[in-house]
Amino acid sequence: MVDVSVIIENIDLLWGGLLMTFKLFIVALAGGLPLGIFLGLGRLSSRKWIYYPVSAYVHFIRNVPLLMLIFWIYFSLPILTGGLVEPFYAAVVSFIIFEATYFGEIIRAGYQSVSKGTIQAAYSTGLNYWQMARYILIPIALRRVVPSMITQSIVLFQDTSLAYVIGLHEFVRMASLIDNRVIRPLELYGFVAIVFLVICSIGSQIVKRLETKEGERK
Amino acid sequence: MAYQFDWSIIWSEPYFRWLIIGLIKTIEIGLLSWIIALPLGIGIGTLRSLPNKACRAIGAIYVEFFRNIPLLVQLFFWYYAIPPLLGTRISRLPNLEWYCAIFGLGIYTASRVAEHVRSGFNSVPIGQRFAALSTGLSQFQMFRYVIIPYGFRIMIPPLTTEFLTIFKNSALAMTIGILELSGISWRINEYTFHGFEATTAAIGGYLIIGLTIIFLMGQLEKRLRVPGLMRRE
Repeated sequence: MVDVSVIIENIDLLWGGLLMTFKLFIVALAGGLPLGIFLGLGRLSSRKWIYYPVSAYVHFIRNVPLLMLIFWIYFSLPILTGGLVEPFYAAVVSFIIFEATYFGEIIRAGYQSVSKGTIQAAYSTGLNYWQMARYILIPIALRRVVPSMITQSIVLFQDTSLAYVIGLHEFVRMASLIDNRVIRPLELYGFVAIVFLVICSIGSQIVKRLETKEGERK
Repeated sequence: MAYQFDWSIIWSEPYFRWLIIGLIKTIEIGLLSWIIALPLGIGIGTLRSLPNKACRAIGAIYVEFFRNIPLLVQLFFWYYAIPPLLGTRISRLPNLEWYCAIFGLGIYTASRVAEHVRSGFNSVPIGQRFAALSTGLSQFQMFRYVIIPYGFRIMIPPLTTEFLTIFKNSALAMTIGILELSGISWRINEYTFHGFEATTAAIGGYLIIGLTIIFLMGQLEKRLRVPGLMRRE
């Protein structure tokens, strides 16, 4: 009943799709992380003209389905640029805008998890602000932030499948294109599911390791 | 060529009616899948908090499985791959995509609910468990009278977020052919080439759903708050 040959025959196409998924993931991560750091810092800012616009942005994006955001960017980029926009760029822009808000909130939570007492203790030993940040705040916050960051990256990796809706030839779209031709949904979508399951499970096991380590340190 | 905005699209017939129908469908999908997700998620989250190792393993496998496969792939699997295996009576069912979307979204969200339930139970301090057992309560009574009343209140804020997420995730139902809010906005683009206006309107619809839920759940949280429990830190 299950016929694996359909996977083997089309492995080149599927591999191409998976590569596109990885490419999208890497570019989105490379853009989303720095923007997320800025957003996180903006959410911690005591300057109101920074805090409120950044917070409004974060809340707005987080209440919109990612799929709608992809559509919206897909339709608005041509208006801005006046020409056709490839689905890949529309997807990249959407993912950067969307995932950065999640990375930003993780960074904010990490910063706020460092207790005031720790920071005051650092100052009382005579450190200035930059030394305190360099030796106390950032190392502690970073250790707490890394597991959530990896988890969010796993989510981003899965989210890239949504680029399917604007016709990007990523992994799921490739499987569906092959399925249209050979009608083997069980094998094709099963294969896609297993590949995602394996990659993401490895990621979540790494997170678990880090979290137990962090737990022992406390 | 410059883009000609035409916002009147949103208000003109039949598109306005379509958008309203789409909004209602989005709400229906969200609510119906929540009816599956909440009890199932509570059940699995509880399994993961029990002392029995086998129970915990079953819960953990469920969560790992559903959280590590994209929802889109899961929906395709339920809609395209499974019905042909179940014979023509199922695969020719009218509105099959509707059942698949609700079922798929429901059991996916259950895995996320389960995680919140587990961490809610875990956040009841272990001393409370010992104290309950030492007063002579059984395991079951400890859960019934101590852990559940505390834990559930702690879970309300994350579950609210999850309830919001289920409506956002319901947008994926369009990929298996349901014309809910996002599917409708795509359809309006096909008819009018005014995708920007249509998707902006749909985004507005999602924001209305989101703000309504945030308001309602805020009221609920206020009524159920345990004095001193939620704000301690």
